[in-house]
Amino acid sequence: MPIIGVKRDLLFKSLGQEYTDDQFSDLCFEFGLELDEVTTEKQMITNEQGAEQSAGASEDIVYRIEIPANRYDLLCLEGLVLGLLVFQGKLSPPRYKAVTPEKGSVQKLIVTPATKLIRPYAVAAVLRNITFNQDSYKSFIDLQDKLHQNICRKRSLVAIGTHDLDTVVGPFTYDAKPPSDIKFQALNQDKEYTATELMDLYSTHAQLKQYLHIIKDSPVYPIIYDKNGVVLSMPPIINGNHSRITLNTRNVFIECTALDLTKAKIVLDTLICMFSQYCIDKYTAECCEVLLPDGTVTRYPELAYREEVVNIQKTNTYIGISEPADKIAKLLTKMCLKSEVANSEDQVIVEVPPSRHDVIHACDIYEDVAVSYGYNNIKKTIPKTATIGAQFPLNKLSDQLREQIAQAGFTEVLTFSLCSRDDIATKLGRNINDIPAVHISNPKTLEFQVARTTLVPGLLKTLAANKKMPLPMKLFEVSDVVIRDETAEVGARNERRGCALNCNRTPGFEIIHGLLDRLMQLLEIPRSSNKDMTGYYLQAVDDPAYFPQRCAEVVANGQVIGIMGVLHPDVIMKFELTHPVACLEINIEPFV
Amino acid sequence: MSSDLSEKILEYVDQLGSVDTLDLAKHMQVDHQKVVGIVKSLQAAGDLITVEQQVSKRWELTDEGKTVVDKGSHEFLVYSAIPAEGIAQSAIMQAIPNARVGFSKAMSSGWITVTKNAGEPIVARKVDDIKDTVRDHLQLILAKSPDEVTDEQKQEYKKRKLLQEVVTKSFLLGKGKNFATSVEKPETELTQEMIASGSWKEKNFKPYNLDSLGISPERGHLHTLLKVRDQFRQIFLEMGFSEMPTNNFVESSFWNFDALFQPQQHPARDAHDTFFISEPKLSTKFPSDYLERVRRVHSEGGYGSQGYGYEWKIKEAQKNLLRTHTTAVSARMLYQLAQKEFHPAKYFSIDRVFRNETLDATHLAEFYQVEGLIVDHNLTLGDLIGTLYEFFKKLGISQLNFKPAYNPYTEPSMEIFCYHTGLHKWIEVGNSGVFRPEMLLPMGLPEDVNVIAWGLSLERPTMIKYGLNNIRDLVGPRVNIQMVHDNPICRLEK
Repeated sequence: MPIIGVKRDLLFKSLGQEYTDDQFSDLCFEFGLELDEVTTEKQMITNEQGAEQSAGASEDIVYRIEIPANRYDLLCLEGLVLGLLVFQGKLSPPRYKAVTPEKGSVQKLIVTPATKLIRPYAVAAVLRNITFNQDSYKSFIDLQDKLHQNICRKRSLVAIGTHDLDTVVGPFTYDAKPPSDIKFQALNQDKEYTATELMDLYSTHAQLKQYLHIIKDSPVYPIIYDKNGVVLSMPPIINGNHSRITLNTRNVFIECTALDLTKAKIVLDTLICMFSQYCIDKYTAECCEVLLPDGTVTRYPELAYREEVVNIQKTNTYIGISEPADKIAKLLTKMCLKSEVANSEDQVIVEVPPSRHDVIHACDIYEDVAVSYGYNNIKKTIPKTATIGAQFPLNKLSDQLREQIAQAGFTEVLTFSLCSRDDIATKLGRNINDIPAVHISNPKTLEFQVARTTLVPGLLKTLAANKKMPLPMKLFEVSDVVIRDETAEVGARNERRGCALNCNRTPGFEIIHGLLDRLMQLLEIPRSSNKDMTGYYLQAVDDPAYFPQRCAEVVANGQVIGIMGVLHPDVIMKFELTHPVACLEINIEPFV
Repeated sequence: MSSDLSEKILEYVDQLGSVDTLDLAKHMQVDHQKVVGIVKSLQAAGDLITVEQQVSKRWELTDEGKTVVDKGSHEFLVYSAIPAEGIAQSAIMQAIPNARVGFSKAMSSGWITVTKNAGEPIVARKVDDIKDTVRDHLQLILAKSPDEVTDEQKQEYKKRKLLQEVVTKSFLLGKGKNFATSVEKPETELTQEMIASGSWKEKNFKPYNLDSLGISPERGHLHTLLKVRDQFRQIFLEMGFSEMPTNNFVESSFWNFDALFQPQQHPARDAHDTFFISEPKLSTKFPSDYLERVRRVHSEGGYGSQGYGYEWKIKEAQKNLLRTHTTAVSARMLYQLAQKEFHPAKYFSIDRVFRNETLDATHLAEFYQVEGLIVDHNLTLGDLIGTLYEFFKKLGISQLNFKPAYNPYTEPSMEIFCYHTGLHKWIEVGNSGVFRPEMLLPMGLPEDVNVIAWGLSLERPTMIKYGLNNIRDLVGPRVNIQMVHDNPICRLEK
């Protein structure tokens, strides 16, 4: 969930009311936000970069507020204030519109076919006659950053460029060129660099380096330039210095380039909805035309209003309330969804504004009714659903066996499903290539290279971490291992194992053998003296993890279900243990 | 032998009524310490005798003091050795033992004098007659009349190492409640023979020390967290829920994300958050018509939805991963449910899920997710709230608060907060919501069927319950086994 920081005093001034921290926190809670932290800019810098960096930073109180991940309209002070004021019934939702300037003066963005190779979509709009002050300017920049980090997926899906329209001349061209053919003065640089040089330059840049991979290996880089070849931006990396916006900028040209057109439109609408209030013509944006290579011309921003008709009874039933249509319309209007009762009176017509792209289904509207009504005001009911409970048989058996193994004097441990390749291979005298293990492609550390194929390493690590405990140590675990299996739907399956060990001055093979006998007794598997298909018996086997002549397979009803024996001294050493260990591991699934 | 002595002591006590152990030792001609030892064992045998500690101090002569009594004090000896005409000091010093002390004492008593003759000091008597008081005093003390010597004098002699003060501890014995002249050693345990012979009736039994600890029983133990898991399972079963088969850690992106209407660009699908699998890398077995419906609802919408308006790719859905939530299994269960004639259901699971997150004191790469869901016609958000109150009541939590939240597959979504009476604050305990129609309808569930669901981690409430700050103290190989040994039974409602 994104978190935004807003200055408290500015927020209260905009809301037209002072709150205590607790009061404001309660308001946030009701609206679905969370007042995460009350701090200052100075404090934030101190926490992140150390006290020496924070000298001179503002000591104004800052509220850090957690915003739901789909509410792009609340990612800046402007949107937050609007949302809260409408929620409190102090303001009506504004109506946004896009106007077309006089014929011939509409700004054009021409998209060349080459962009298909790297970043095919573009949208654009103009904020005309806008006035920024220090705070709104900073908020404008911050919102672009929040959008970049969230819906734009770190600029990979959408990249925003905002420019001082009065410094450039349309029509604009969105092109893709080989990096060596691109040369311009990038934002905050004092001279021109080629795109190749810029990529080098930014490879150590604290913020920009994380975006370079998006285009780095492409034969062509996206580039936007004006009629005279002045570069506006090289998406998604950097804007040009020439068209940079400043506090004095009056006309802002916004372009978004994207891999995902829907998201580009959402981003553009969001920027317009949040900042068009600072234009002379409030809540209004000027259209731009985007000309695609196939000749189609599309006007942006769409700022589309969509009508959804929701049934009152369905709405009430979904939430568990019984409110009349007019009340529901009012509740929705408080959520910026301007609504009115339809002629038929059993329906409400909801107008979904371009600031609420998160509303994609009637259920989103039901939620807003519920939020507006107050979750904690909804009457508690118990569903009449009559069902009969049941345990998953494998879990039931596991729990019954766990209980019995503990009753036999063993202590249960709980170890991780993930481990290193060494844990299941080298340390047990095996080669990883011989083991049908599931491998993780992106482990952050060695501890998460594979899913375990045996419970033994976890138990041995537990022993190693508990050397101060008196001997003998008798441990067990009943849990899942994961095995690659081509016949399984996803190519791998879990297997429920039971594993127990005894660690003492002598291995105590007879102790775990006794446990096996007891388990078989509990499972009503008789001992098979003639080693046939009914009952269980042991048969000697060689296994690299076990001491020669001290290892046996456990065979139950003709099927090998596990192994037991005295662990090999090499294994003991590799797990940094000192005492002998006798160990048993069986698959319990055949007994379900 | 010692029992002979015990009986002897008891006879003395019988005859004398009360007796000091020092006297006993003298009478019996036994070392006092030995007598004391026997008295202790008699004491342990019940109220045979009364024992009262006595402390006595007495003065005793040192060896040097005894010499003084025999031969006279050092100063007396010096004085006596001086002839009437006097003698050279050096001669006196050599002739008399301890002459140095004797000389200085005789000088300070004014008995003798020193003159110089041709550079050599000559000692002569100063008075004609002297009385050797030191010797007299020491004789008095030896004769057990120490009171005739003043305390100051005694201290002076102590300083001169002629006297020493000896502290003796002894015990004054008397008859106890159960006094008898013969000792029967008290029995420590009732035995089979005593019961058979009836001899227990005549025996004395040593009382137990009820202040000591018993012997810890031999036993095994269940793990702390899994005891909590047992309780959660119990609660779901009490509420009529059926357990889902969650024994599949490896899952396809399709069931983990796409089936839940979680878009393919969602940050949770990043390698930063999810463990992807390199072997076996891809899944290929999907129900093809359902897959197509999922593709369509993501990219184009339908079922009343706008969809996400992006190009849905099968390649993304095929990627195998370690499931990030058990809701992947819920999706499979709901899909199966939709393939038959509909009947309502309640499902639950408590099993491991995996996140490729940054690890800290409260986050591990794997944890237990507790999940519950109810599937029925026209379930309401009020039903979810009511169910959650009942569920949490069984965990001993009665104050809940619900915060609007966002989750890609539930709408409405609610974060569950509970008031912690120990910490005196509201804490987040879980998430809940109504599954989106875009998730349920492509599966083929009837349109009026809603699914209400909630989830929480098992570790967090357990850590709060047992006051643990580091999750590694609860889960994994580094857990202190002693903690598992000492952990109480899990009573969540307490």
